[in-house]
Amino acid sequence: MMLTPLPLDLRAALSRAECDLYSNLVTRATGRAVRSELELLLNDMPGQRLAVLDFSHVGVLDFSCADEIVAQLLLRFGAGLPAHAPASETPSYFMFRGLAEAHLEALEPVLERHGLALVVECVDGSMQLVGMVDPDEQSAWQLVLTSGGGDVQAIAQFGADDTRDLHARLVALARRRLVIQTSAGFHPLKHH
Amino acid sequence: MTTILTVPNSLDDVSFESLLQPLAELPAGSKVVLDARHTRWSSPYGLIGLLTLAQARGDRPHFIPPEDADTVSYWARTGFFRHAEPLVEYARPVPTRFKSGDSNVFLEITPIAKTEDVQYVVSHIQERSAVIMETLGFPARSAVGFSVVLSESCQNIIEHAGGPGWVAVQTYNWTKRLGRRVVVIAVSDSGIGFRRSLEQRNAQIVSDRWDDGAALEAAVLRGTSRFTDPGRGQGLAGIRKYMGRWGAKFTIRSGTARIAIKPEGDDDQPLIKHMPQFPGSQYQMIIPQAVAP
Repeated sequence: MMLTPLPLDLRAALSRAECDLYSNLVTRATGRAVRSELELLLNDMPGQRLAVLDFSHVGVLDFSCADEIVAQLLLRFGAGLPAHAPASETPSYFMFRGLAEAHLEALEPVLERHGLALVVECVDGSMQLVGMVDPDEQSAWQLVLTSGGGDVQAIAQFGADDTRDLHARLVALARRRLVIQTSAGFHPLKHH
Repeated sequence: MTTILTVPNSLDDVSFESLLQPLAELPAGSKVVLDARHTRWSSPYGLIGLLTLAQARGDRPHFIPPEDADTVSYWARTGFFRHAEPLVEYARPVPTRFKSGDSNVFLEITPIAKTEDVQYVVSHIQERSAVIMETLGFPARSAVGFSVVLSESCQNIIEHAGGPGWVAVQTYNWTKRLGRRVVVIAVSDSGIGFRRSLEQRNAQIVSDRWDDGAALEAAVLRGTSRFTDPGRGQGLAGIRKYMGRWGAKFTIRSGTARIAIKPEGDDDQPLIKHMPQFPGSQYQMIIPQAVAP
């Protein structure tokens, strides 16, 4: 399952929203302005979408900006929500890349506060789930990643999980937009 | 009637209080003279506290500058005289033109009134942040945390103060109290303060024991914000986290109370109530040199 990824450079969005003098995502007002820029781009993309938010060129990310950009974006597009939250009708998927350790320090408390989770591509290319995820969700997500995706039976071969339990957990992950569900099964988020 | 307020010889967050009690007792319309002739040293908290005091008075009090030439020179390098110029009437000429170059002044006194000011402060200090943290024996990667602390504390002026304020960052050797080098961040405004800010959208919060101290406890310890959005109130929690990691001390004075988040071994009181009324909020973060394990 391939969705055409929409790359969104946060530094470029900051330049458009405010000015190109700065590379730091700080203050709520800046966060709101940058999020508005991102929302314009996302709303221009009809149907299912996979947005890849790139923090590679961002210096400082503070708690307020992390909340305004990342948490509010996920909440508005219904991605990464707590498992009990109603799922959005048109799935929007988000991946995050270029997040340094310092960025994650600001981001993780924000995600926890809202019960959110997201998929991060680390600098070394490996993938990671960040935010509020329980160990069952974590292991099921890891299986999808390791297997490369497929139907439940195919994915289950990469672990010791009961197929019925695994299916329920994969559906829950798909509702949280942390994996993609299609008629062919469950697939990891990928942007290349 | 004119009252002379003598600025202490050594002006810091503690001695600054000596100015506030007589100020609180003054009848309306009284004139004030701030006499700093014998002041030889000031922390950043003391300097921006004086600016806040003058700003809150709004009547351009007379200001007698320090007599000591080194002190005058240092205060000029922090930008104090330049920022005080529209707020006070100097009793004699002082160097109001900005002269930078003091290695102890990591961030000169900088006004904070809008988002762009916070962006400026964070960008301006970004390169120095690594130097600051390394000076204290922390890894260079702590520099981002330092910038985040600075950003979040300045933002509180914009988000909650209802008026402009100032920030300053300096380093000095805190021999008397700690025997170590420290970096001090001071942020001050003369706005509405925590209690009135929280009352704006939390009518139910007001109870018999509601006062400035309760407001500080609610905001600093429980993350209560005047906004209903659960994402709010994270800035102070974040600052506390970094303070804990660095063994630093964090105090906020607002109205008639002061709360302290302090490292182990610090015998300061966690909450002081019934202090003299002073407008707005005054933050101070003291980050000490790391002790080798």
